[in-house]
Order: sequence, then C-alpha cells, then structure tokens
Amino acid sequence: MLELKTYRTQVHNDWCPGCGDFGIVNAIQMTLLEMQLEPHRVAIFSGIGCSGKTPHFVNAYGFHTLHGRVLPIATGARLSNPGLTIVAVGGDGDGLGIGAGHFVNTGRRNLDFTYVLYDNGVYGLTKGQASPTLPKGVKTKSMPAPAIIERVNPIAMAVASGYTFVARSYALDVRHLKQTLRAAIEHRGSAFVDVLQTCPTYNDINTKEWYGGEDLPVKAPRLYKLEGSGYNGVVADPSTDEVNTKKGNALVKSFEWGDKIPIGVFFKMEVPTFEDQLALRMPALKEKPFVEQDIYNRDITPLLDELT
Amino acid sequence: MTVTNSFTWMIGGPQGSGINSVAENFAKACIRGGLHIFANIEYHSNIKGEHSFYRLRVESKAPRSHVDWVDLLVALDRETIFGDMNKPHPTHRGHRHEVSPGGGIIYDRSLNLTPDSFGRDDIKLFPIPYMDLLVEALKEFGKDKELSKYQVMVNTIALGASLGLSDYDFDLATEAIREGFTGRKAALGDLNVSAAKRGYDYAKKSFGEDAFQIKLRKQPLSGKRMMIRGVQAVAIAKLKAGCGFQTYYPITPATDESEYLESHQKDYNMIVVQAEDEISAINMATGAAHAGLRSSTSTSGPGFSLMAEGLGWAGITEAPGPVVVLYQRAGPATGLPTRTEQADLRFALHAAHGEFPRMIIAPGDVVETYYDTFDAFNYAEHYQVPVILLTDKFLASTYQDIPLFNGDNLKVDRGDIVRESDLATSTDYRRYRLTELGISPRAIPGQKGGIFWTTGDEHDEYGHITEASDIRIKMMRKRMRKIELAGQVIPDSKKATLHGPKSAPVTLVGWGSSKGAILDGMEDLKADGIETNFLQVRYVNPFPDNFVQQALSQARRKIAIENNYSAQMAGLIREKTGIAMDNTIVKFDGRPFSQNEIYEGVKDIIKNGIKEVTVSHA
Repeated sequence: MLELKTYRTQVHNDWCPGCGDFGIVNAIQMTLLEMQLEPHRVAIFSGIGCSGKTPHFVNAYGFHTLHGRVLPIATGARLSNPGLTIVAVGGDGDGLGIGAGHFVNTGRRNLDFTYVLYDNGVYGLTKGQASPTLPKGVKTKSMPAPAIIERVNPIAMAVASGYTFVARSYALDVRHLKQTLRAAIEHRGSAFVDVLQTCPTYNDINTKEWYGGEDLPVKAPRLYKLEGSGYNGVVADPSTDEVNTKKGNALVKSFEWGDKIPIGVFFKMEVPTFEDQLALRMPALKEKPFVEQDIYNRDITPLLDELT
Repeated sequence: MTVTNSFTWMIGGPQGSGINSVAENFAKACIRGGLHIFANIEYHSNIKGEHSFYRLRVESKAPRSHVDWVDLLVALDRETIFGDMNKPHPTHRGHRHEVSPGGGIIYDRSLNLTPDSFGRDDIKLFPIPYMDLLVEALKEFGKDKELSKYQVMVNTIALGASLGLSDYDFDLATEAIREGFTGRKAALGDLNVSAAKRGYDYAKKSFGEDAFQIKLRKQPLSGKRMMIRGVQAVAIAKLKAGCGFQTYYPITPATDESEYLESHQKDYNMIVVQAEDEISAINMATGAAHAGLRSSTSTSGPGFSLMAEGLGWAGITEAPGPVVVLYQRAGPATGLPTRTEQADLRFALHAAHGEFPRMIIAPGDVVETYYDTFDAFNYAEHYQVPVILLTDKFLASTYQDIPLFNGDNLKVDRGDIVRESDLATSTDYRRYRLTELGISPRAIPGQKGGIFWTTGDEHDEYGHITEASDIRIKMMRKRMRKIELAGQVIPDSKKATLHGPKSAPVTLVGWGSSKGAILDGMEDLKADGIETNFLQVRYVNPFPDNFVQQALSQARRKIAIENNYSAQMAGLIREKTGIAMDNTIVKFDGRPFSQNEIYEGVKDIIKNGIKEVTVSHA
C-alpha cells in the first residue's frame, strides 16, 4: 500500500530551518500519493542549488543534473521513456538565468511533463545574490547594493514561450500547492508552476510576513486565489481566437504584483504534445515507446542499396 | 599519348550553380562503369555566389585521396579560371595553374576569352556555347521562354561535354541524371538528359576525338559498390547500432548527418530532435541514455565547446552514452567554418573540468567510420561512458566507392542491465555499486525495484551526494578503472594499425582522415625509391600505448603528419610512450592533405633536410 513515507528517503536534509523548499517537497510527495503513482513510475529531475537536492529526498528515480540544464535532460528522458511521470524542479536562477534559453524552448515543444520553479528571488546556495526574479531596486540583507536591473516575469515568459499550463502557487500553502501540482501533472502538455517561496536566510524582503501582508496599512494577505475571482484562464476551443485573448489576459494578470498577488491557474490549453506529433511521424511510437521496442536489429540494406 | 582511366576532373562555379549534383552524377556513372572514384568538395560559408569547387578523381584502382592537379577543369564562371584577384580582398588565383600539362578547360564561349589570357600554352581550351545549347534543349521541350528559370542547367551541359571529351559511356550518365528526377519531376530528367547530350555531341563534333588525351573506359564491375561519404557512414551505423535518439543544433559540417537520419526516421523509428543549442543537444542525449535508449548527438568544434559541461555530467553520472560525433573543422571560434582540420584531438581528450573516463575513436576512412560508430554504442553502454567519434569535415563530405557493408558479424552489446526479476528479490539496489571492474549493473528508469539517484555531485553507491573523502577516492578509482579495462579488453588491432612493412627506413605517423593521402603518397615514395611504413593511431582513448611503443621503438626516422598546426598526436605519443618524432609535416590552411603533398613533404625532409614541413593548398 502506498503511504506518504513510501515517497520519502532517509537522506539527511540540509536545507535551512524554515526553508520554503520543505513545503514544496512535501507537496510533491503528497501529490504523488494522492495520484497513487508508484515510485518506480516517477522520475524527479532537478538543476543545481538548494532546490537541486529535491530528488534525493523523494523515493522515485532521481536525476540531479547541471545548473540550468534540468529541462534538456528531462526532455531526453521524457522522449525516450514516456512511461515515466516526470516532474522537473529548479530554482529561479537555474531556470530563468543560466537556463533561460532552455526554459523558452522547452515551452515551445509542449512535452507532457511538469516544471516546478522554486521562486525565492535569491541565489541561496551561493549565499544570497540577486536572482532573476528579484525586483529592481530591492536590496536583500546579503546584497551589497540594490538590484539595478529589471526582474523577469516567469508567468509571462511561460505564456509567451508556449507552456500550455501556467500556474502560480505558494510554498507555505501546501494545500493549494498540492492542488496546483496535481492539475499540472494531470495536464497533457508542458505544465509550468511558479512557486513563490521564502528564503529565511537570505531574502529578508519577501518573507512569510510580507506574503501575509503584515506590513500593509490594512493587514491582509497579499496572495489571493484566481479561482473564484472571476478570472478564467482555460481555453475551451484552441482553434479559435480565444487562445490569443486568454494569453493576453494571462499576461496582464501576471504583472499584478505588490499589495495583491494572484495565485492559481493563469492559462491552460489542451493541444497536441510534442510526443503526439512525433507519433504522427512515426506510428510505431503509438504502440509502445522505443525503449521497449527492438530497434537493435534494423535492416539497413535498403539504405545501402540507395547508395549504389 | 592517350591515358586511360586515370583522371582528375574539377567543376567550379559560384555557390548555387549546381556543381554538387553534376559531380555526383558523374561519379555515379563512373562507379557503375566499374571505375573507382574519390570526390571532395571545397566551399565557402555562403549560400549563393562565392566560389566553390568539386573535385572528382577517377581511377581504375580505388583511389584513397585526391591530387592537386586537374586534368579537365569545368568552369561555370570566369572566377573558376582566373580567381578573384580583381576584388578588393582577393582570396584565390583560380584553377588554371592547376591544370596538368596536356589537360584542358571547358568554359563558356560567350566569355570571349583569348587563348593568351589563360597564360598557358600547354593546355587545351574547350569553349562551349553554354547558353545556345541550353536554349536548343529548352526549345525541344517548349520551355525556351523560361530560360532564366533553367539557367542552372548549364552545369549539365558541361557534364555532357566532359563525357564527350573523355569519350565515356553516355548511357551511364543518363541513368544517373534521371535518378535525380523522380515522380512528378521525371520530365525534368528528360530535359537534363537532352542538355547533357547536346554538350556531349558538341564537344565530340567541335573538338574531335583526339582533342583530349585522357579517356574513360568501362571496366568489369567488381561486385556491387556504393558511393558513400562520412556523414552517411555515421548515420547508417547509428541505425544499425540501434540508436533511438539523436539530437543536434545546426552546424557545418555535422548537420547533414542529422538530416539524413530525420529523413529516414519513419522507416527506422528514431527520434531526432533539433535542440535550441548544443548545451541542450548533449544533455537531451544524456537524459535519453540514462532513461534507456541508445542516444547520440553530432556537432563540430563550436558546438562541442558548448558541450563540454554536459560531457562532464555524462562522465560522473556514468551515463551509458551518448555517442558524440565531433566533425572537426578549422578553429578556433568560427575559424574556417566550411574547411577541415584535425586540431581538436587535445580538446576532445580534455573537454570539461575534472577527470573522468571517456572514449575517443578517430576513424581513418569511410569504412572505419562505419565500424567505429557501431562499436561506439557498444562501448557507451558496456562501460557506461560518453564516447566521442572524432572525425572531420573532409571525411564527412568526401565520397568514395566501397563494397556494401556486411554487418553480419556486428553484435549489439547493451552491457550489464539488471532484470526486474532480479530486482524483485533484492531490496538494496545500488546504481553505483563498487565492483571489481568498476562497472555497476544499471537499471532502466521505470523498472520496479530499480530506483536510483544520479547526480553530478560526487555520490555514494546509491547515487546520493557525498563529500566524504574515502568515498570520493573509491568512486574516482571505480570510474577511471573502466577506461583501463576498456584498454585491456579492446584488441590492439582495433586501436592502431601499422600499414606497410614491419620495418622501414621511414615511418609515417598519422591519424584520422589523412590516412588515405598517406597510403597513396607512400606508393609514390616507393616508386621513387623511398620505402616507408605508416602507423595509424585510431583510438585516442584508451590509447594503444604498447602497440605504439613497439611500432616506434624500432623506427629509424619518424615523421608525424597532421592536419593541424602543432602536431597534436605527436605530442600525445610522446606523452604516452616517451618517443619523440624526428620530423613533422603539418597543414593548417583548412584544406585536406593530397596524395602529392605527402610525397612532396616527405621528400622535403629526406632530400632537403627540412625538419618541420608546412604544406599548403596555396
């Protein structure tokens, strides 16, 4: 019987006390349990940084890759062994700094997997430098001077790049995060989840209290849920103009930041995946993945005859 | 004096003028007539307009290299003859000076060139009214109003004239031309044949049977032969080896291989992905290898530079691949992007930081390319290492005719993969189990009981991060032991070859694509009384230390021949064996060695006492 501990390992966890990463890894394990996915059918991929250690704490096939390269490696595994449920994770520096090119191009492909961004505005493991999502003008306690370049908007980038499921959640709201991760994993296509997260050690600006709105004149949580707010990012008919309208809405919504910050599904659309399109080219892929087929006895004589 | 079946033909023109198709049709016609060919192309990094040329050598016995003279030059433009010396930044003097005495030049009569302008009184001139003949052919098919659309067909007229002058079987060429136009384009085939025939007839009628002294005559066929170049040999070997996943980022001269694979993927079930860059290309391929599919990626120097990081990850995670095909071109940076070089030997050997096992094989010709590529996949999975196939633009793009590959004795070895049934009885699977040989049985993700972790950090047997010094030492030794093992298991006969007599006054030492020129050059030297043998190093890693040591310790004069500036293999041999070369012949102008350059280079050393020779196409 699957239980929560089925998904846990005995590996010593060296994240700082209070780190938002704990919430994310717990939510991943709870989601896998809820979906009743057997550990050996799951593969977790990560980049480098604090978030990179995630696979070691999850009892599933685990790939701790290179800084910024988690998506290409997950892509190769996904295409060759599509029976696996793949969750790729990484920090915002990993995905949107050093790995930005892969982030964009992975979205264009629309592979059927999930990418979870641990978004805390700092490079934690190298001791708190500004990361791509830290707003301009902000100085965290570890920075010598405020950031003088603009932040990137992960939601807008994901929508513009072609991810077909784009959502945001919060590491300290494990219930919402679990729901969002489940929706992302169940989505057929590239799903992107931007997880706002605290770094208690280095980001003293976007703290738990800040997200809770305790600094506001009228104390109220900054985060609000798109679900129930009248916003609907789901494309009902991808063959119509609705796609562009919904993408436009998602872009506008994604720039809402400050006293009010939306979480939930910004955009969702079901269209053929990369794998679907490969299977159109190669019908044999529909039967079973190549990793389960005998491709080791190919007859090359027609190719040789072509050259005579 | 008439010469039969020993002929170098060259066609030159602006890029986009269709020199490839006519040269390849001519070559095909020769092969089907029992003759043997060696055909290589030089072109610019440019789409249309810059000078390119295709050289076709035809012999009664299979040539393994080209020579630097031309018996019959086909000029599709003025520049092919005279070069671009009138331009502000001239690059070449044209090919008229390369025409052999008694040879000839086919050119456009409407250029109105005076015989004096060629500056040669020892060659024959064959002006052909390209446009008039083309208009006649178009009229036959009612297309003379579309002259500009079909202008490129003067290449076929020139081919016809070449066949006429060399008196070769026209029907063989007809067949080759028609094959280029199938289905709806069949009518175009007729039009091209008509154009070629007009060139053929014109040459025969206007210049007479004796105008050109080299004749091509059909020979009895020596079995079925194919016309193949390096990229095709690599691609076909990948299919034969069961590679299921190929990635690439567009780059000269590697892309042709991936496009070949993609065009055949439907019949052979291979996923081909164009990645966003070479960083992604290698990492996708490594991800696929870890996930259970044989995988590969192909690139050239600039792309391989980006792959260095990924290569290290494949190394420390003991990925069963990928196979990386590195088609060297002249560097550094963009260098000479369409020209050849052998300057990435050291780079392939040391790319990425840290120390990890990798295998590097450098095939010397198209046949070795096929078998080495096949082996590369077996090694990748057996030893769980990245394997680099080190070749170059010259070998990639040069056509030779060879017998069909007979792959009956090729066996796929997938290495030690654990079975799910074994995993079921054990609860303690360790992906990086320390074993005597250094190889750990691997699970394929998805297998029940096979869960493992893998990381680019140093790790324990389970694949979890560790910084413990004792485990670090064990893991380093485990990984490095695999390359030692490969060195012991793989026979020397695969790793290096001593061509020619066991002992000779002069020993030539080389690697990779210069093999053919060296072998052919040795025959010229022998005819001139200089006896040589040739040590060809094929495995860069694991390096055949003992074999090379033995071959060279008896050698009297050792000459390294390399298509690079610093004689990198000579340095590696010295590192591995302590044996230094006496002389070097290097070439680093982006052009491959010719047969005559080997001859001349060795002569310079032996007769003229020059220690280090640099040869150049210029």
